[in-house]
Amino acid sequence: MSIDSIFVHKMWNDYELSKMVKGGIPFPMLSDAGGRVGTIYGVYDEDAGVETRGRFIIDPDGVIQGYEVLTPPVGRNVTETIRQIQAFQHVRKTKGAEATPSGWRPGKPTLKPGPALVGKVWEVWTTKEAFD
Amino acid sequence: MPEELKVGCARPTGGPVGEEPKEDISEQTTNKEEVKAMIKVGRKAPDFIAPAYYKGKFVNVKLSDYLGKWVLLCFYPGDFTFV
Repeated sequence: MSIDSIFVHKMWNDYELSKMVKGGIPFPMLSDAGGRVGTIYGVYDEDAGVETRGRFIIDPDGVIQGYEVLTPPVGRNVTETIRQIQAFQHVRKTKGAEATPSGWRPGKPTLKPGPALVGKVWEVWTTKEAFD
Repeated sequence: MPEELKVGCARPTGGPVGEEPKEDISEQTTNKEEVKAMIKVGRKAPDFIAPAYYKGKFVNVKLSDYLGKWVLLCFYPGDFTFV
């Protein structure tokens, strides 16, 4: 979503992005002229008249599980975003019985919070796990 | 899922769903403070409708139509910017 019109979105997709992504952009390119949606999401920069790099993970109940906002010159890490979605999906699947420690990705051990785990995380998890 | 949009010469716009039209500026200012506090993890994402370009068509996208799915909502400064 940006403040550009759908007509400019079409030109950007057809003229440039479709040369980088085969078949063009596979998801809707939303237009927020005036920044009204960006304002309620806290990402509209009134001085510059543009939206900053906000990224919101919204679960199937419509609840925001996480967000990140960057200033324009630095791009996002898509791998990290996908990792976070996978972690939220895992937690949801276990109905909160499992939690994903720092650096978790699918296949790595999760934690099962409860009285037995208090003070014992050091026995089941090492700081090495926080890194890829 | 999104419904197709008929476009004329006007530039289509969307906006928040369920927001009352504002009457005077002072009200608008207080309202703005309130809406800014709406974004918190664990809280509902504010609903909106926005026109979109999607696979060769112009459509209207409503966030709440995606209930039951995971949604990644990304904002960016502008088309043809570089990053």
